[in-house]
Amino acid sequence: MILFEVKNLVKHFGGLAAVNNVSFQVEKGEIFGLIGPNGSGKTTIFNCISSYFPVTGGNIYFKDQKITGMKTNKICKIGIGRTFQVVKPLGRLSVLDNVIAAAFSKVQTKHEARDVAMETMEFCGLLHRKDVIARSLPIGERKRLEITRAMATRPELLLLDETAAGLNPTELEGAIDLIKRIRDKGITIIIVEHIMKVIMTISDRIHAINFGQTIAEGVPKEVSNNKAVIEAYLGEDYAQG
Amino acid sequence: MKKFMPLILLIILIIFPLVYQNAYYQHLMILVFIWVAIGSGWNMIAGFTGQVSFGDAAFFGTGAYTAGLLAHHFGISAWWGMAFGGIMAMAVAFPFGWICFRLRGAYFALASLALNEVCRHIATIAEPLTQGMVGILIMPTFVSKIPYYYIALALAVVSVISVQFIMQTKWGYYFLSIREDQDAAESLGIDTHRYKMVSLNIAAFLTGMAGALFMNYMGFIDPEVVFSLHDISIMAILVGIVGGVGTIYGPAVGAFVMVAVHEFFRTGFFGFFKGLAVLTGSDFLNIAAKYISHAHVLGFGILVVLVILYLPNGIVGDWNKLVGKLVPFKKKEAAT
Repeated sequence: MILFEVKNLVKHFGGLAAVNNVSFQVEKGEIFGLIGPNGSGKTTIFNCISSYFPVTGGNIYFKDQKITGMKTNKICKIGIGRTFQVVKPLGRLSVLDNVIAAAFSKVQTKHEARDVAMETMEFCGLLHRKDVIARSLPIGERKRLEITRAMATRPELLLLDETAAGLNPTELEGAIDLIKRIRDKGITIIIVEHIMKVIMTISDRIHAINFGQTIAEGVPKEVSNNKAVIEAYLGEDYAQG
Repeated sequence: MKKFMPLILLIILIIFPLVYQNAYYQHLMILVFIWVAIGSGWNMIAGFTGQVSFGDAAFFGTGAYTAGLLAHHFGISAWWGMAFGGIMAMAVAFPFGWICFRLRGAYFALASLALNEVCRHIATIAEPLTQGMVGILIMPTFVSKIPYYYIALALAVVSVISVQFIMQTKWGYYFLSIREDQDAAESLGIDTHRYKMVSLNIAAFLTGMAGALFMNYMGFIDPEVVFSLHDISIMAILVGIVGGVGTIYGPAVGAFVMVAVHEFFRTGFFGFFKGLAVLTGSDFLNIAAKYISHAHVLGFGILVVLVILYLPNGIVGDWNKLVGKLVPFKKKEAAT
């Protein structure tokens, strides 16, 4: 079943085409990787999906419903959660309050919101930090807080924007484990990632872009052997052999 | 002990006018209570929601004029203005917020500053309605200050309690989220535009009620008094900053300090300079005394600089730091 679809997405910033005619479909329950060199337009695609800026052309569908141009908060409400590459914690609030604020998107009373928050924090392994002020968390836990907060909005589709960047090897294992557990809950994930170890081990399918255009799509093995992908990452010389 | 402090304070304030029947100090306390309501309103929108407003006088003046005009044109008791004043202030806040919350940060602050001036000019120019600079005079309901004292105290208590209540609910969490990071708030499903409107309207309602009470109490208003930029809008900000931005009890403490400082300057350090002038017979001191009584804005400026330098979170926000500085040995005790 197709849960989510991007059709001929185009985004121009002035004269620059940051995203040019990108299309992909995401099946329910899969982990869909989105890769590409720096500046290839991955985060722009995320920002278009969550409507941080209007798209220039093309359409986005979620559960057969057109969501192009819908308000950002509405997109969260219908079940698309996201994290930010540059983390955005609610700095002066405690970790618990950060997650409670997110939990309110699906429940009304504070009591319920607190329960949802505690449950989500336990699932994401952040419970031991609940009373810490979000600003004082180290980067690894800030990234985890991003995921926890997005999870507390109870999404069906989760957009993860470089949640593994800047983590040490142990934290990386933890992050991979967490993403797998989220998938096992039946939540579909689109992940943008630079760290190949992460993206190659957990993705069911990968979509590669460069200069805003699709260069390859397929299972990890196909994509990693694709000539255009190697060329984009390593340069033409390596693509020969 | 700390938990019961507000309650003890409230009891003291209830008993105060009965025990100490000095009309002057009762008058000052009434002003403090009015400022608690205004400060709580400002703190709601600026302190908790992070949308700094320089236009609180627009809501205050609207409330005051609503009460005044109802009494003046229709002969309805100005006390009805307490209800309608808040609602009319919201009627001003609603279209303003609808349009101007598209702006962020300093741009919103500038827009609110403009709202203040627009309202002042409308009140000045619309003479058939407001009598312009002549102002509006109504007969006060009570001769004694005591009824006003209790009404103002009730307004202050209601303001503080309602802010405290709201901050415990979903709205409160949403306001704080918007203050901390608007983009993150949107991604968490928070309709930031809508909740900024909610916050502004709560602020406008409280401020409008305070304005209506001011009309009832003072008996006279004109555009320069109730739409004053520095005496109302800036004062509201000072009450918030001095007391503690984003704290429940900050505006209460800030209101007390600011009214005290205002009065301190207005009376020339409680007549200190005048007395000195009489004592020494110096013309210079006599003139200085006259100027000092007009220098309260300067005093505010100095106070704000000191607060921002040493207590950036205000008196309530930095209470532990303040106590630690004033009582050095207590700190050592805690350390050992």
